[in-house]
Amino acid sequence: MSEPLIFEYESVARVGFAPEAAGESNLPEDALRTDELVMPRASELEVVRHFTRLSQLNFSIDTQFYPLGSCTMKYNPRVCNRVAMLPQNLARHPLGPVEHGQGFLQTMYELQEMLQAVTGMKAVSLTPMAGAQGEFAGVAMIRAYHQRRGDHERVQIIVPDAAHGTNPATATMCGCDVVEIPTGDDGDIDLDRLRAVVGPQTAGIMLTNPSTLGVFERQIAEIAAIVHEAGGLLYYDGANLNAILGKTLPGDMGFDVVHMNLHKTFSTPHGGGGPGSGAVGVSERLEPFLPVPFVQKEGNLYTWATEADYPHSIGRLSAFMGNAGVLLRAYVYMRMLGRKGMERVSDFAVLNANYLMASLAEAGFELAFPERRASHEFIISLKQIQRDTGVTAMDFAKALLDYGFHAPTTYFPLLVPECLLIEPTETESRHALDGFVAAMVSIKEMAYADADQVKQAPLTMPVRRLDDVRAAKHPDLVWTPGTAT
Amino acid sequence: MSEVPDSFLYTKDHEWLRLNDDGSITVGISDHAQEALGELVFVEVPEVGDTLSAGDACAVVESVKAASDIYCPLEGEVVETNAALADAPELVNSSPYEDGWVFRMNPENATALDEFMDADAYGRHLAELED
Amino acid sequence: MPFIPHTETDIENMLARIGVGEISDLFDEIPPDLRIAGLDGIGPALSEAEISRFMQQRARADGEPLCFLGAGAYDHYVPAAVWDIATRGEFYSAYTPYQAEASQGTLQVIYEFQTMLASLTDLDVSNASLYDGATAFAEACLMAVRANRKNKSRRILVPRSLSPVYRSVARAILGGQKIELVELAMLDGRTDTAALADDVGEGFAAIAIQNPSFLGTLEDVDTLTDWAHDKGALVIGVANPMALALLKPPGQWGQKGADIACGEGQPMGIPLSSGGPYFGYMVCRQDIVRQMPGRIVGRTIDLEGKPGFTLTLQAREQHIRRSRATSNICTNQGLMATAATIYMSLLGATGLRQVARSCNANTNALVTRLTSLPGMSRAFTTPFFHEVVLLLDRPVAGVLSGLSAQGIIGGYDLTDDYPELGNALLVCATETRGAADIESYANAMSDLFEVAA
Repeated sequence: MSEPLIFEYESVARVGFAPEAAGESNLPEDALRTDELVMPRASELEVVRHFTRLSQLNFSIDTQFYPLGSCTMKYNPRVCNRVAMLPQNLARHPLGPVEHGQGFLQTMYELQEMLQAVTGMKAVSLTPMAGAQGEFAGVAMIRAYHQRRGDHERVQIIVPDAAHGTNPATATMCGCDVVEIPTGDDGDIDLDRLRAVVGPQTAGIMLTNPSTLGVFERQIAEIAAIVHEAGGLLYYDGANLNAILGKTLPGDMGFDVVHMNLHKTFSTPHGGGGPGSGAVGVSERLEPFLPVPFVQKEGNLYTWATEADYPHSIGRLSAFMGNAGVLLRAYVYMRMLGRKGMERVSDFAVLNANYLMASLAEAGFELAFPERRASHEFIISLKQIQRDTGVTAMDFAKALLDYGFHAPTTYFPLLVPECLLIEPTETESRHALDGFVAAMVSIKEMAYADADQVKQAPLTMPVRRLDDVRAAKHPDLVWTPGTAT
Repeated sequence: MSEVPDSFLYTKDHEWLRLNDDGSITVGISDHAQEALGELVFVEVPEVGDTLSAGDACAVVESVKAASDIYCPLEGEVVETNAALADAPELVNSSPYEDGWVFRMNPENATALDEFMDADAYGRHLAELED
Repeated sequence: MPFIPHTETDIENMLARIGVGEISDLFDEIPPDLRIAGLDGIGPALSEAEISRFMQQRARADGEPLCFLGAGAYDHYVPAAVWDIATRGEFYSAYTPYQAEASQGTLQVIYEFQTMLASLTDLDVSNASLYDGATAFAEACLMAVRANRKNKSRRILVPRSLSPVYRSVARAILGGQKIELVELAMLDGRTDTAALADDVGEGFAAIAIQNPSFLGTLEDVDTLTDWAHDKGALVIGVANPMALALLKPPGQWGQKGADIACGEGQPMGIPLSSGGPYFGYMVCRQDIVRQMPGRIVGRTIDLEGKPGFTLTLQAREQHIRRSRATSNICTNQGLMATAATIYMSLLGATGLRQVARSCNANTNALVTRLTSLPGMSRAFTTPFFHEVVLLLDRPVAGVLSGLSAQGIIGGYDLTDDYPELGNALLVCATETRGAADIESYANAMSDLFEVAA
């Protein structure tokens, strides 16, 4: 079942979306283009059918279980979308007068406060448009802090070897050098190595807690002490906040700056690759450097804090104020959950993960950290299965699709060979989890019985496995008229 | 077990060096490296005339799942690059020590070759990595 | 309890399998002195009905004033089908298309999106979107420095007529990598080409040209492009995609065309939305594609020879290259790119041209009507697309305030960003601001002036 490209239709396109113009157009001739645009020529019905049918080729949370580790694929409540798409919310121009935006600004202010409360940080800026931008803001603030104190040699950022790729990429973007430290077999960072690398060149350390290995970094207080004593600051990657919501605060752990992924923990939609939101929270000493704008309150009036109010701000990361629609959705979600609801999120995210881990262990799968509690996610290694049968983590991922499950995260973190990083989230029922375990068991049995069958998967999807090498060597990235299909 | 020709020298980053009669050095990546990367889709070569220091990342080999830097082993100037790799990067996979050579350079200091591993030493290095 | 489906029986069975007595036992690895009793500062839960009503009240209180403000975000009519389809669960709640076989819908949409952007800009390869126009501009600057291997300069020439906030965001993002932005002088609202030769100094890696400029004017794109190429620099074209329905695209500027095009995609089907999410776009020449950040979708075939789509050239990205990545970008603006693709499909080339022409026509009408009022005049003679700078005989802030009280957002106050212009106001009329709206604006403005007089 494959869908033609939208360019292959040859109908009369519907026009007339705009009313009659009030005047005449008078652009100079030499400024105009004279070529034909490559745009679809399809009727409205053809367009609607085309994109509706394309949507049906996708997996999504609304249709399948998505146990992707580190992504927190929980249910996206529909009311969040309804509120974000209220006509006044959609019609508001970001540069409009604040008198016409008090309701919106108050909502943003309250969101800032709620995010401060769940992280234990002093102040929050909502402007970063994704986790990676939040990371950029965090590292940039750390650098700005040191530079303002005249500490110009502090250019090194320490990153665990298991860190998400955005961490070292961000450090480089900020003009820092990256120093990697190893993780031990028990999942905690090697403290001796940490002590060996900190010094007067240390700007800070970037950590996730629970870590990307799915376990709580038990020595966090000691890590914070070591880094702070050396004069560095601590950055918290909030990707795994779902595991600890309402149980502990990054601020209490000693972190100086935190980014949150609203499209993970606070359930805003993943949208096929964004938009996300990477709000960033800081302790008091980093407050002067917060990216602008953010909302401040003057008496009863809500206004935007700008560079004029915060001259040491690291500046603007967005043309406007960040992904407002995403922020509205997160706000609605947080208000619906309330205090008890948020505390229950981590209860059930962690319950589901530990149950799934126990079930898979019982079924004979190898846990990466069998002695540790799962946080909201855990890792299994398929290395033995691969040695015995040749079937890899990638093959399992493809086979799961035939059972109607999106694969867990594969091959991340890089430390564990043939790994699957599994995060069920709190919105999945026990029934869904049992179904996933049954599918995994089935695939394992097939791997030992007839490995080739597994290696042929997926068999029931719109396409079989795709030729990645061809896609990279002979890139076909744009359709051109006259191309055979 | 990957191939490790006797006549070459090796670095711990899996590059090989061949000393040519005219004193220039040809550089490529080892059989072990090409196998780990998988089928190459692109090779970024340095520019002829570039002056490089030892340890400079001067080329990139890219497969679907990984992109690795090739580090310049010695200080010197690039005098030739393998033009065939533009259309056929997979030559590095099929013939890593011959047709898949990446670049050739004139070293500043010819005696600095002592610090590299010979075939036996590299073979032992690979064996250690397997564990 | 919203969204958590577990029954008491479920919980009992699950705890039994795990081998603990209570859920709280599962948190025993967290050091006790780090445990909190609960979340302070978070209020009680609201039902869906309560939060809906509450948010509707807040939205209504803000009203829906008539908008003549552009300055980087534009009010275009978005056909109903666009968001009906874009918010289908299969698009809305889908993940990034890493497992290609489960994401052919999203991947094909992006491939179609890439094709449309490549055509609009007349360059070779587009990515799947970046966060917004300002960050796309910053990324384009980074890319130009990386890609210009002959020229080791880390300076980028940026016109004064290019969006001040884009320049600000670029400085924030580029500062850590020691890339310097050098301003080019303005004359009659656009880059002063006569002043160009003076600026070369120690060389530059690229020039950025925004057309139409932030001030709405049409730049002399050919002269600027050829001059920069002559000096061994790359050309970054920053362009409103709606304008590209009519105007000569970056790929056709000068003799050789721009090297990178980027900008804000919001005009293509994304409502103003209080500031976001929007999307940035970036398109480049084929030979520098490996320097381009962001995801890219390619078409290939599967095991049975059937065509399919997949993410490709991923080796540039953070999850593989880590500290050597072209950018740290991971999540982008997938849903917005999806909506834009549907929007462009519904309008087609003819529809887009019609909208663009309407914008120009309505802005002409707006300018004519407003400059007929005493104390209002045009700042520049340079031709414009759909935004114009007007000069007022009194401070802009007071005028905007007065208009706001009458339910009209009059435009963007340029006083802070361009003090040399005096009392300058940037006004915009899209296809949605017709004759009646323009009349309302003019009347409100005259009322204000009468009151003052």
